[in-house]
Amino acid sequence: MQPRRNSRLNIHVQGWLLALPAIVLLASFTHIPAVVTVIDSFYSTPRGRVPSSFIGLDQYHAMLADPIFWKAFNNNLLYALITVPVAIALALGMALLVNGHIKGRTALRLAFFTPTILPMVAAANIWLFFYTSDYGLLNQIIRGMGFANVNWLGSTSTALWSLMAVTIWKEAGFFMIFFLAALQQVPPDLYEAARMENVGRWTVFRRITWPLVMPTTLFVAINALINAFRIVDQVIAMTGGGPNNASTLLLFYIYQVAFSFWDSSYAAALSTVLLLLLGGVALAQFYLLDRKIHYR
Amino acid sequence: MRHFARITAAAALAAMTIGAPAASATEITFYYPIAVGGPITKIVDGYVAEFTKANPGITVKPVYTGSYQDSIVKAMTAAKAGNAPDLAVLLSTDMYTLIDDDLIEPIETLATSAEDKAWLKSFYPAFMENSQSGGHTWGIPFQRSTIVQYWNKELFKAAGLDPEKAPGTWDEMVSFGKKLTKKDAAGNVTQWGLEIPSSGFPYWLFQALTTQNGAILANPEGTKVAYNDPKVVEAAQFFADLGQKHEVMPKGIIEWGTTPKDFFEGKAAMIWTTTGNLTNVRTNAKFAFGVAAMPKKARGGSPTGGGNFYIFKSKDKAKQAAALAFAKFLTSPEKAADWGIATGYVAVRADAWETDAMKKYAAGFPPAIVARDQLKEAVAELSTHDNQRVTKALNDGLQAVLTGTKPAKAAMDDAQAEATRILRPYQK
Repeated sequence: MQPRRNSRLNIHVQGWLLALPAIVLLASFTHIPAVVTVIDSFYSTPRGRVPSSFIGLDQYHAMLADPIFWKAFNNNLLYALITVPVAIALALGMALLVNGHIKGRTALRLAFFTPTILPMVAAANIWLFFYTSDYGLLNQIIRGMGFANVNWLGSTSTALWSLMAVTIWKEAGFFMIFFLAALQQVPPDLYEAARMENVGRWTVFRRITWPLVMPTTLFVAINALINAFRIVDQVIAMTGGGPNNASTLLLFYIYQVAFSFWDSSYAAALSTVLLLLLGGVALAQFYLLDRKIHYR
Repeated sequence: MRHFARITAAAALAAMTIGAPAASATEITFYYPIAVGGPITKIVDGYVAEFTKANPGITVKPVYTGSYQDSIVKAMTAAKAGNAPDLAVLLSTDMYTLIDDDLIEPIETLATSAEDKAWLKSFYPAFMENSQSGGHTWGIPFQRSTIVQYWNKELFKAAGLDPEKAPGTWDEMVSFGKKLTKKDAAGNVTQWGLEIPSSGFPYWLFQALTTQNGAILANPEGTKVAYNDPKVVEAAQFFADLGQKHEVMPKGIIEWGTTPKDFFEGKAAMIWTTTGNLTNVRTNAKFAFGVAAMPKKARGGSPTGGGNFYIFKSKDKAKQAAALAFAKFLTSPEKAADWGIATGYVAVRADAWETDAMKKYAAGFPPAIVARDQLKEAVAELSTHDNQRVTKALNDGLQAVLTGTKPAKAAMDDAQAEATRILRPYQK
C-alpha cells in the first residue's frame, strides 16, 4: 500500500514540475497582468504629484457615456460578424479546390498561403498602395470599367470595409491550411460509399465533408473571432482609426487611450471589457457548440 | 575553494579597473526620434563623438527611439519606471503632458549663468512660444518646421499660369486650382489643383487656415481652446469647400504620407506639407518646383511644428548640467546650421543663418529661406493640457466636416464641447 501511494504522489509532483515552466510564464505574462489590469480599472490614473485613488466604477460609467468607445465596440462587432464567416467560407473553398487532383496544385497552395507569410505591417503597406485614391491599383481597375474614383480609406463609408478586406485576404490562406489537414483526415471510404449511391456533390459536402470538418471549423472560428478583436496593426498602419473614428476598433482605442492620452486606468477599464468579451466568446463556443459537433 | 576565491578576486579586480574610468565621467542618456529621411543616426553619432572630444568628462549615450509617438511612449514609460532619460527630443506639443506628469525640469533653473541666459534668448520667438508656459522655459527648440506650399512649375505653365508665382491669397489658390484641375473625357479627375493632407493630424494643416483667417486656437496657458470661434468655423468650411464646392482638391481624407508622392507623379499641382520634406522633394521631383510661404486671407502664417529638447527631473545635478551642456552644444549657431542643411528643418536661431555654411547653402538653394522668413508670421502649434485628447476632438470634428458627415458649425461646436469637458480640471 505504502509504496504505491508514494509513487502516485511522485507522479503528481512530476506532473506539476513538468508544467511549472509553462505555468510560471503564463502567470507572469498573462494571468497576473490581467488581474492587475482589472484591479487598476477601479483606481484613478496617477498624474504627476496626484497619486491614484480608489474611484470604484467611475471609469465604467465614463465608458458607457463615451461615444468613441461605443463606436469602436460596434465597429468591432461588425468586423467580427463579417470577417469571420467570410474568411472561413473562403478558406474552406480554397481548401476544397487545392485538395482535389488539379494541375499546379502545389503552386496554388503556396499562392493561397503567401499572404500569411507577410508581416501585417508589410501587408498593410501594400494595401495602402492598392487603396490610394488616384493612381492606386483598385481605382485604376475601377476607372477602366468606367466608374468614378473611390477614396477607399478616406471616406467614412468605405474605410472599415477596406480594412476588413485586408483581414479576410490575410486570414483565409492561413485557415485554409487547417481545413486542408482536416479534409485529408476524412476517411475516403465515405466518399466511395457516396459515389456508389450516386449522390450529388452538394449532398456529399453537406452530409460528409461539412460535419467531419466541424471540429476544425470551430477551432478556426474561435481563432478568427479572437483575432477580430485583437486587430490593431493594420488600423495603425492604414487609417489611424479615421476618418472621424470610422475605422476605430477596440484594441486600437485602448492603445490610443493608454499611450497617446496616458490615461492608464481608463485603458485598464477598456481592457477589462475586452477581456470579459473574449472570455465570454471562448466559453460560449467551447460549452455551447461543443455538443453539436461530431468528434469521431 | 581557494581556486574559486582567487577567480572571484581576479574578476572583482578586473571589474574595478574596467569600471573605474566610467565612474569618474558623467554618463547621460539621450533619446531622439527620426521623423524625416536621411542618415540621421550617423549625423547624431557624429555630433556625440565631437561633443565627447570637447568634453572628456561627459559620456553621451544616444538612443534612437523611433517615431515621435514611439519616443514619447518610451520616455514616459522609462520615467515612470524610475529610469528616465536625462535628455530627450520630443514634440514641442508634448510639453503640457510632461509638465502635468512632473517629469521635466524648467530650463531656467539649470541655465543660470549670464552666458546661459543669452543662449535662451537667441532662439526665434515663434519657436519659443511652444517652449514656454507659466513663466517657465520647458523646452529648447531643436528640429522645428513650418508648413509651406510646393508648386509644380511645369503644370502651372501648361495651365497658362505664371510658373514663378504661387497663389498669394485664398481666392488665388481657388482660381489657380480650378485652372490646374484636369478631367478626362469620362469626367474623372486626372490632375488635382491642390492637396492639403487631412489624415492622422489634420489639426496642424488646418491651423494654418485658422491662423490665416485671424483666429488663435488655444490660449498660451493651454487651458482653453476656441474651436467654435466663427473664424475657425469659416476656415473649416473653406477646407471642406476646396473639395466639395470648388472641386480643386480630392473629396474626403487626403493621406499625409502619399501627398508628396502625388506631387512627384504630377497628380497634384500644389501641395501643403512640412519644410521637413524639402530635401525629399528636392531629391524626387523630376520637374522644376517652387516653395512659397502660405497664402493670405486676413493675414499669412503657419503654425510651427517639430521637436524640442527636454531635460528630465533627476536628483543627480551633474547629469542635468551635462544634459544642458549637450543641448547647448547642439544648438550652437554652427551645429544648428549644420542640422538645418542636413535635414531641411529650420535652423532655430538667427545667427545660425549668418554662418558661412548656411549662407552658401541658402545662396545655392533659395527655397531653404522661405520657411525662415515665414517665422515672422508663425504661431505656436496647438498644444494644451491633455494635449492628444484635446487635439483628437478637433481632428475628429475636422474629418467629419471633410467627409461631409457633419456641417462645419455643428462639428466645431461638438469639438469645442468635448475639449471644454476634457480641460475643465485644468481651469483653476
